[in-house]
Order: sequence, then C-alpha cells, then structure tokens
Amino acid sequence: MAVELISANHAAALAATLAGRANRTARGFCSGVYPITPSTECMEYLCGQEIEKGKVVRADSEHNAMGICIGASASGARSFTTTCSNGLAYMIENCVAAAGYRLPIVMSIANRTLGPPWNIWADHGDSLLMRDLGWLQFYSADIQQVFDTVLCAFRLAEDPRVMMPALCCMDGFILSHTMAQVEVPSQEQVDRCLPPTDIPHRLDKSAHTLGQMETPHQSVVHRAQHHQAMLNARQVYAEVQDSFEEIFGRRPADPLVSYRTEDAETLIVSMGTLGVTAERVVDLLREQGQSVGSVRVRMFRPMLDEELRKIFAGKKRIAVLDRDISIGFGGVLWGEVRGFADPSAIVQNYMVGVAGGDVRPEHMINLLAELEQANESGAPRIVEVA
Amino acid sequence: MMNEPALNGMAHTEQDRSEPLLRAGNSNCGGCGMSNLMQMLRRAAAERELKLVIPACCAAVTGGSFPESAFSIPTIMSTFASAASVANGDASVAQLNGEETRVICLAGDGGTYDIGMGTLSAAAERNEDILYICYDNEIYGNTGGQRSSATPAGAATTSTLHGKQETKKDILGIMAAHRIPYAASISLAHIDDTLRKLQFALDARGFRFLHVLSPCPTGWKSEPAMGIELVRLAVRSGLFPVFEVFDGERYVLNVEPEFSGEALMMYLSLQRRFRNTGVTEESLRPSIERYWNYLRLMSGRIVPARRNV
Ligand SMILES: Cc1ncc(C[n+]2csc(CCOP(=O)(O)OP(=O)(O)O)c2C)c(N)n1
Ligand code: SF4
Ligand SMILES: [Mg+2]
Repeated sequence: MAVELISANHAAALAATLAGRANRTARGFCSGVYPITPSTECMEYLCGQEIEKGKVVRADSEHNAMGICIGASASGARSFTTTCSNGLAYMIENCVAAAGYRLPIVMSIANRTLGPPWNIWADHGDSLLMRDLGWLQFYSADIQQVFDTVLCAFRLAEDPRVMMPALCCMDGFILSHTMAQVEVPSQEQVDRCLPPTDIPHRLDKSAHTLGQMETPHQSVVHRAQHHQAMLNARQVYAEVQDSFEEIFGRRPADPLVSYRTEDAETLIVSMGTLGVTAERVVDLLREQGQSVGSVRVRMFRPMLDEELRKIFAGKKRIAVLDRDISIGFGGVLWGEVRGFADPSAIVQNYMVGVAGGDVRPEHMINLLAELEQANESGAPRIVEVA
Repeated sequence: MMNEPALNGMAHTEQDRSEPLLRAGNSNCGGCGMSNLMQMLRRAAAERELKLVIPACCAAVTGGSFPESAFSIPTIMSTFASAASVANGDASVAQLNGEETRVICLAGDGGTYDIGMGTLSAAAERNEDILYICYDNEIYGNTGGQRSSATPAGAATTSTLHGKQETKKDILGIMAAHRIPYAASISLAHIDDTLRKLQFALDARGFRFLHVLSPCPTGWKSEPAMGIELVRLAVRSGLFPVFEVFDGERYVLNVEPEFSGEALMMYLSLQRRFRNTGVTEESLRPSIERYWNYLRLMSGRIVPARRNV
C-alpha cells in the first residue's frame, strides 16, 4: 500500500484507473468524458493514464459521455465518468437510460451549484436531481473516502444482486481541489477486490434487445425489481466493506457515520463535508457539557431508514443541515429524514452553505444554540453564511 | 431510356423470409421503406456479426415490446440524440476485445439531421468504427408526422400545415465535410447499387454514413405499394442524387438521371403531402439544377456519364 498526496478529483480518477485495469482479463474498460469545473481534473487525470485494454473517449458533451459509457457497459466493459452541475443536468437523460438498462456505470461528481446565474461553488442540488432515478448515491467527507468509495461503488454496482449505476459525490473545491495523503492499494490488491465485470444482460451474440418498449405492467415489474435491488445494496455494502477490509487492511466508511450519538440529546444530520465540521462542533459543545452528536448520511440511496430511526430514537432535537434547497419545499435531506424522528422530537431544517457558502463551526454553534431554545419544529430556514 | 435496372430483386427470397433482421410481427406500416432497407441489410450482411443501435424513431417502435423483439440481432434502443455515442461505446469495446462485430446505427432523419446532429458529427470527427444508416422519411414519423430539417420545402406536415418553407439540409455534404472514409446515398429502387454500398460500408473501417430515402406512406400520404416507385421517380427526376463520397473528397455519381419533368411531376402528384402547398415541377427545378452543378463540380464530371449500375 503506497501513500500518495493527491486531490479528491485525482483520487477518484486513480481509483477508476485501477478498477479499469482490473478488468483487463475480462471485457476491459471504456469511458466517455467531458470537462466541467470543478470535476475537470478527474477527467484530465483519466485521459493521462495508460489502461491496458482500456479506452477513454474524449466526448463532445456530457450527454454523449454517458452515451459512450452506456454503449461500453452494454457491451460488458467496466465504465466510469465524471461531471457535475450543468454537465450533470445536460447528461441526465442518459443517466435515466443507464439506470433503466441496469448498467453498473460509476460516476464521480464534484458537487457544484446549478446555474445560471453561474456559480461554481459546492451545492448538492446537482446530484440530488438524480435522487429518484435508480442510481446508488454516496457523499464523501474526505479524500481517502472518495478513493475508497469509488472502488466500493464498482464492486457494489456490479454485484448481481444490485446491478445498477452508482454516483460518488464529493463537495466541489472543498474536496475536489484540496490534497491529502491517500492510501493507494496495489493493482494486485484491486484485482482481488474487483472480480471481472460480468453484466449478464449485456449485448452478446443472441437476439436480445435492451431498452425496448414496455407496457405499464412490464415497467412496473422492472421498477419493483430495481427498487428491491437498490434495497439489497444495504446488505451487499456491508459485505463489500468486509471484503475490502480483508484485502486492504482498512475498513471503508459506514453508510451512516454516527459520531457520539448514543448518549446525545441533540443531533446534527448532514451530508458531505458539512459532517466533518459538525463532528468538530460536537466535540466543542461536549467540552461545554452539551450532549450533542452528529450523523453523516454517506449512503443517500438507498436511504437507510431503519438505521436512521434507531439513531433518532429518543432524541429530543434534530438539526438537519442541507447544502441544497428544493425551492418551494425546503432541504431535500430534511424532507427525507424528518419522518424518522420520534413524533415528539423537534426537527429543524437549516439550509446552510447553499450555493457554496462557507459553513464554519461558529455557524453551526449558533444554530444549535437557537435550536436549544425552540419548543417546536419551525419552518425550514435558509441560513446565509459568509 | 433510363439506365437503372427494372424493379427486380426486391421481392422476398426464401432467405429473406427465413432469417430476416426484422422479423414478422414488427409494427412497421405497410410499404415502409425502412422494412425494405432491413431486408437489403440482411442480404448484404450475410454471415457478418452485427449489433444495432436504434434511437427513438419508428425503428425503435417496430421492435415491439418486452420480452419479445422483432430484431433478430443484439439491439439497444438509445435515447433520441445518442445513437452514435452509444454505438461508439459498443464499437470501442468490440475493438478492445478484437471482435469483428459491425456496430450499426439505424436512425431516422430526426435523430440524424436534428437532435442527434452533434452526436453524429462528434463520432464522425473522431472517425469511430461505426456504420451509421439514416433512413430518411423526411418527417418525424414516430410522433405523428412533424417537420424535420430533412423535410423538403413544400411538404405539408402536422407542424407545417401549409408546406415547409425551408429547404432540406444537405446531409451528405455535411458528412463529407467531416472527411470520413465513406458517405453515400442509397436508392432502394436500385438494388444492386444498394447491396454493393451496404457491403462496402459493412467492410470498411472508420466512420461510414449511408443516407437512404425511405418511403413513408403514412407521412407522405401515398399508396403503400408505390414506395419504391416513388424513390425511382425521385432518382429519375434528379431530386434524389445517388452518389458516394470517399474520404470526403472523391465524389462518384452512381446513377445518371434523365432529369425527367414527367418523373418530377409524378413524384409530386403521387404524394398528398405536396398537395396545395404551392410546390411545382418548375419551383423545384432551379434547386435540382444547382445541386447537380455542384455534384458535377465535385465529381469532376463535366458531362453526364452513361453508367450502368
Ligand atoms: C429527447 C426526446 N425528445 C423527443 C422525443 C420524442 N420523439 C420520439 S421519436 C421522435 C421523432 C423521430 O423522428 P425520426 O428520427 O425522423 O424517426 P421516424 O420516427 O421518422 O422514424 C420524437 C420527436 C424523444 N423520444 N426524446
Ligand atoms: S410512419 Fe412511416 S417510417 Fe414510420 S413505420 Fe410508418 S411508414 Fe415507416
Ligand atoms: Mg423520420
């Protein structure tokens, strides 16, 4: 295991490169890519790699980058791409298709605000556009996690009990453009971790049509299968963690990262790097005698409802921090998790860091101080941070 | 006398019937040119291994619904704008694995001239190993017959009730400008020429583009049995030039028309889409002449050639 000083964009691309090479004994690796800030360095890195039995097509658009991944995956290759923000919005029709064909394509997203007005800073609104499409979704909080998540995502997406595309999200700039030491396994270890890609419904020699018309009955059956397979991912992910740990000697992060929650009365719930700040805030407030804990939702799809219910049980106050806004509703994460809290709990939504605001510990401390005074859940609040 | 062969060879052979690409049970309208094209493609392909990529269009519908398929070869139905990029992924993986599979896009004019134009252009620019066949019925057939940029001026559609004003895009000119190894137009009334081109395009490497004028009785408001005859009239009148372009520079004219006014008049009068839109034999002649002057210039043929195909 080597240690490399790399950015999260490069970590994602390096993981994809190793995963691509690992499939050289099967049908190889093929990827379509297109640049957009702040995901660009991921595709550039990939374009610079020599991948045995691999090809990286420099596409003309995100829509076609995903089109190329679809063709490659439908032909049995391992496939990966990266984009964000408007690139993802432009790609999304083919993201729907990739899920519909049940192809295990992995995509890295450096989350960025959707525009115009143009804004390149971190916001989860782009990947949340994909919430209901049948893609697995992960949100990482540090660069090692980005690397590990991409590797795990291939294994999980290609598992026959799951077999669907996966989205690996990192906060734009906050992670994509910062560097840290990352433990990088050897090719031989990655080969062991990722068995050859086997897509049973790929186009081979038989007269088989992918993506053809369906009646409502056929589609609802396929939706139900997809839904069940997504739910299977909860269990399969635990297996992937075990096998990863066995091979790499280190355990990839849990789907829900709970921090000092057991005896906490108040919880902070968040996704991505907000969770790292929240954990620091928990430490600070605990020093002052407050019983606070943090839950970071790393696996957003499938949603781990039962586990969240267990963590939320008995908690009096829950602050859900969203780095996104569903305009006309509130935070997306809040909308998803508020129902898991006890009926008597006060669940307050704070949309902080929307469109790239820099959320610091003092912001969270102020919000929690306010929450301690509340006697009921209020309407979702947009909190401006500098 | 016209120098094209008589309408022979189009009738189903035993082999066409026993091993079709597009099997019985498909939902194409009677007289659909795309059905004829699939029959010719089957003959041309012989033992070659094929894969089909079909974007949203009539061909996507004709395959029928899950779990049955009218297509007898591996096929993927792509999104409307993505045929050439999905084929790109397929062809790349075939190449990585040393497979001889020919990846074919079968796309309508909407998926080619309009929404898929950027995708097509990009795959052509990268000279990907794809055979792209556009069956051009000059209309959005799937959605009930709206205009496309392949609809000729003077044709009424459900979105241009009084006839389209603008002229049709010069698709072969566009593709030739990409300097791809092979681009050709195909007349389904000229079977030998059709088979020769399909075979050549199947065997060639790099990006190959075929443009097929595809009769659409439903959209053209014509008699289903008249489809092939309409193509013949379009060729005889000079309206649909049959030619091929190698490497974007060597133009070869394959069928020398008689520029028959009678053929042009017949072509217009046998299709109700041209009725009451003001389009006439005379109104079409200048643009036909202009295009043929251009083709002669490009092919280096000053005088019409006599050539049997
Ligand atoms: C993105 C998108 N926009 C619109 C449609 C609706 N649509 C399906 S097929 C079609 C027209 C197809 O026309 P053409 O490519 O000429 O093929 P034809 O139906 O004539 O065979 C349209 C507009 C779609 N499927 N996808
Ligand atoms: S509408 Fe036209 S192109 Fe479509 S199936 Fe019918 S005849 Fe063929
Ligand atoms: Mg059409």
